[in-house]
Amino acid sequence: MTGLWRFFVEHQSEIVGATLEHVELVLYAMAAAIAIGVPMGMLIVQRPTLRSLALGIAGIFQTIPSLALFGFLIPIPFIGGIGKRTAIVALTLYALLPILRNTYVGLTEIDPAVLESAEAMGMTRAQILFRVRFPLGLAVILAGVRTATIITIGVATIAAAIGAGGLGTFIFRGVALVNNSLLLAGAIPAALLAILADFLLGRLERRRRVS
Amino acid sequence: MTIPVPNTIEFRWVSWRAGGPASKEILADVSFAVPKGKTLVLLGRSGSGKTSALKLINGMLWPSSGQVWVEGRATREWDAIRLRRGIGYVIQEAGLFPHFTVAENVGLLPRLENWSSAKIAARVSEMLELVGLEPGEFAQRRPRELSGGQRQRVGVARALAADPPILLMDEPFGALDPVTRAELQREFGALARRLQKTIVFVTHDVREALLLASRIILLEKGRVVGDAAPEEFLQLQHPEVLAFTAGLGVNGGAR
Repeated sequence: MTGLWRFFVEHQSEIVGATLEHVELVLYAMAAAIAIGVPMGMLIVQRPTLRSLALGIAGIFQTIPSLALFGFLIPIPFIGGIGKRTAIVALTLYALLPILRNTYVGLTEIDPAVLESAEAMGMTRAQILFRVRFPLGLAVILAGVRTATIITIGVATIAAAIGAGGLGTFIFRGVALVNNSLLLAGAIPAALLAILADFLLGRLERRRRVS
Repeated sequence: MTIPVPNTIEFRWVSWRAGGPASKEILADVSFAVPKGKTLVLLGRSGSGKTSALKLINGMLWPSSGQVWVEGRATREWDAIRLRRGIGYVIQEAGLFPHFTVAENVGLLPRLENWSSAKIAARVSEMLELVGLEPGEFAQRRPRELSGGQRQRVGVARALAADPPILLMDEPFGALDPVTRAELQREFGALARRLQKTIVFVTHDVREALLLASRIILLEKGRVVGDAAPEEFLQLQHPEVLAFTAGLGVNGGAR
């Protein structure tokens, strides 16, 4: 235990650097996934014919083993290659399903009496979407963001395999050298990040809950 | 010779079925008219088609055959949004927006119609007072902080906020306890007479119908089986009418 502590102190700046790199990957991926997933969720509420297609495609990305997904992207022009950009694309695809699905569920599972009133009052579909469905579904959407963030923090450790850096660098090195201190230098900060994200986003979500 | 009052709402041989032409008719060949300022009560059991009839008026449903006329135009010719904005709508449990305060609920339609905020605030207070809620005490509350009866009052205030000429009410007092229900029925009856709105009111409670109606239409399986003013309604001999009136005492009192 003291050995581990000493290792952490000695490699402090590298661990902090890798953690920041990790956070950067996660933030970019989450921003992209939210920017794609939430509007797409809104779209499939208005256009039910697109629903199974969109959810199906987002679901397929989730079934691809994460290491394989990173690998598949490398040869693709523009988005592929070695490094951060490819990793962010892969993480975005991974985070898409929970956000898209929760956006759809949050916007549709609303008290039918409330939707009936809104329609009967003469609200347009857009007004119902932005003034009724969205505020009432926000807690569920945020729950999707929280799930996606926690998944992304974990999966982002694999990004090191394609040279994107982050906490995975320690983990891969630790596995290769059978060195537990190295492994934990990657695993512990990643776990703490996940716990922190869960706590903060959970608080935000509870504040948006309307009973 | 009295001058005929124009009909605000008219059903002309209206049929409605939920699915294709082969599906069962929910409403079959229904005709009636509601003159301006009168209250029509659609009475019937669950599944008699009364709620569907209501939704045909504000364009939530369209007739499969026949026509529904509102203020001199068939509903199909109306822009649905404009049609609905001129028709207040109150349902059971009120359907208030849980994320809005009472004031925001009542003021929503005026806000969508771009009224000035001063005018909206004044209108909200006026409406809350009209339905017997002290604005200072209730305006900033959320629906979940209200009793069932208070929510229903807010529902009525919201429906009246943009001053629509027509009011549709779908069993608005159905979920309330008997004492609160009687209280709201009495107050609403007085309010309706004072405001001179054209009202279509759906209920399965024959006493409520007798209390509020200028005219009662009894629906059975989508067909009109009774159509009379309240005082004549009790004299009708159709078996479904008798089924509804059987529970009433001689003087229309206790069940």
